[in-house]
Amino acid sequence: MKKITIEPVTRVEGHGKVTIHMNALNEVVQSRLHIVEFRGFERFVQGRPFWEAPVLVQRLCGICPVSHHLAAAKAMDVIVGAGTGEGLTPTAEKMRRLMHYGQMFQSHSLHFFHLASPDLLFGIEADPNIRNIIGVAMEHRDLAIQGINMRKYGQEIIQATAGKKVHGTGAIPGGINKRLTPETVEHFMNGPEPQNISKMIEWSLGALNFFKDYHKKNRDLIDNFASYPSSSMSLVRKDGALDLYHGVLRAVDENGEKILHDIDYQEYAEYIGEEVKSWSYMKFPFLKHMGKEKGWYRVGPLARMNTADFIPTPLAQKEFEEFKAYTNGKPNGMTMHNHWARLIEILHSAEVMKELLESPEITEGELVVKGDRQETGIGMIEAPRGTLIHHYDVNEQDQITMANLIVSTTHNNKPMNKAVDMIAREYMTGRAVISEGMTNAVEVGIRAYDPCLSCATHAMGQMPLDIQIIGPDGDILDRKVRD
Amino acid sequence: MADRISIYIDKKEYFTTEDKTILEAAQENGVYIPTLCHLPETESSTSCRICTVMVNGRPLTACSTPVGEGMEIDNSTTQITEWRKSVLEIMFTEGNHFCPSCEKSGNCRLQALAYRYQIMAPQFPYQFNEREIDATNDKIIQDHNRCIICKRCVRAIKDEHGRSFFAFIDRGHKLRVRLDRKLGKELTDELAEAAMEVCPVGSILVREKGFETPIGQRKYDLERIGADIEQNGQMKNHE
Ligand code: SF4
Ligand code: FES
Repeated sequence: MKKITIEPVTRVEGHGKVTIHMNALNEVVQSRLHIVEFRGFERFVQGRPFWEAPVLVQRLCGICPVSHHLAAAKAMDVIVGAGTGEGLTPTAEKMRRLMHYGQMFQSHSLHFFHLASPDLLFGIEADPNIRNIIGVAMEHRDLAIQGINMRKYGQEIIQATAGKKVHGTGAIPGGINKRLTPETVEHFMNGPEPQNISKMIEWSLGALNFFKDYHKKNRDLIDNFASYPSSSMSLVRKDGALDLYHGVLRAVDENGEKILHDIDYQEYAEYIGEEVKSWSYMKFPFLKHMGKEKGWYRVGPLARMNTADFIPTPLAQKEFEEFKAYTNGKPNGMTMHNHWARLIEILHSAEVMKELLESPEITEGELVVKGDRQETGIGMIEAPRGTLIHHYDVNEQDQITMANLIVSTTHNNKPMNKAVDMIAREYMTGRAVISEGMTNAVEVGIRAYDPCLSCATHAMGQMPLDIQIIGPDGDILDRKVRD
Repeated sequence: MADRISIYIDKKEYFTTEDKTILEAAQENGVYIPTLCHLPETESSTSCRICTVMVNGRPLTACSTPVGEGMEIDNSTTQITEWRKSVLEIMFTEGNHFCPSCEKSGNCRLQALAYRYQIMAPQFPYQFNEREIDATNDKIIQDHNRCIICKRCVRAIKDEHGRSFFAFIDRGHKLRVRLDRKLGKELTDELAEAAMEVCPVGSILVREKGFETPIGQRKYDLERIGADIEQNGQMKNHE
């Protein structure tokens, strides 16, 4: 069997390695995405006082620290007896939501404008030297400037709510440590152009229109590239609305039938298992009652469009209806539609930020509540990339004794492997050498899931691109190393 | 009234009185000398040595050395700055200081000094010593990973009979500070707060006190360590 190795996948934060296993007839037998998952953190927090976790855990990832911060804080709310999500003061709840939607807005903007739009604007097979944000800036200046400003707005929201752009300390067990001042609110609502919320909403709509227009002209790519049906999982609000901060856990199958019936996520461990495979450091989560083979699912923006019944803000709801109509209301399995879904979430996040900024509780009210101490706390949140689970046990002396984290990239392990395999079969069958187009396609396929490889992996140093073709006897037939 | 004398710090003349230490004389004249273990109104432990200055060509600790007429003191030569940096770097590599998740971040004297002396990466290898976290007391948690053995807690936190709540145990590299088990039960909330405050690092933590003051609003976020002394030459007995 021949084995071709591509690593790392560029423009995916961290690094990934792809191996393509081929037989003597140059047919793809199997493809695998290897992600080195670093679980050192779970050991590192053992013994630490529990209130440190929301701050400590952000160091897992420089890309979505807010999601880790909030998931850990939600777990610690449970520990200090502040309830499992509904018990916080309105101020604490709203400040945290603002922080989270600000994060969603900036992370999705970064992804769309910096990482995804080059692929769309220049085509998958384009030279990587143009197919990047610099290329976008040179040829589509408006889009690049919007991307930068949208990101900046989101980051400033994070800074105002968490104290810092990266690695803040806003959320504490049982609540939050600050409110916004009326001046800050005024700044975000009516600040000088373009840094105000109306502009953000306008640009979010503009980005959506750009995508939909592109879609019309490139149906084949957007609809068929690495598309496959699957189940989807996410939190939804109790009434079925899209909710990225809190809710019950729902999964639907490829036909839209519920396979996880809005459960209380404190009980997630009864429903979600994690399979270990010998060739991968990263586990494969699955729904226990469906079994390892059938129980896998997608998470992230696309999955959320499949699980939610509606979006509770008007402009995003309109877009949602259009999105759903495209598949006649059925779940959408088109990998590249992740980008479409992400753009709808950008718009939704902007609308939610506006609502929150307008609410009086964001500038006044109590910050923290506490109740009876508990031993176990589970926090769950819809991170930009999908469902994020933090689970802790704390002893009587306030020390963390156990931590288990399941990050979105891990949930999407199987879906990403599936996408890579499809691409490999399409590009490689009958060929024994890796083309530039194939390498790019693998990147684009993985990127649609926006894996945060640096949180799931802690790559020590940057590895060069290493491509190997290994013959049926295990000999290296060809090897390309790109620094 | 003690006699008025003149001294020279970095070649500049200042006036003070005979009953002062170099540190006190410098502070009242608005000259900052860094300290870690020093605690006003208690006997010096001179354990940290960060306050080392050159006195008439000899290295001495400013917190414990009395002034003398005409003394020539160097406080900011390259050599002294390098010494101080080394002291800080040894502390950082010897313990396990993980500032981002430490409640003392922003209020920590060690961290503040590292910023003031612009320490980027230590020149010494990290020791990764295994230190424990003692969470047996009801009011406080002791994180030995961060203790710099300054003895401030031992000197400052006492009951009404003058008995110290904290004491050093063991010797050499095993030396650590321990809260007396029996006496520790009598630790009040006020004393627990005071112990956390007096500890220059984050080694003494009051239970569940974490991150209530946002980053950016903490003591040394607002001004660098020593700025108060430099701005106000009249401050007496500043710690
Ligand atoms: S616990 Fe704090 S105050 Fe006590 S010796 Fe250690 S560093 Fe100094
Ligand atoms: S402050 Fe003088 S020796 Fe520590």
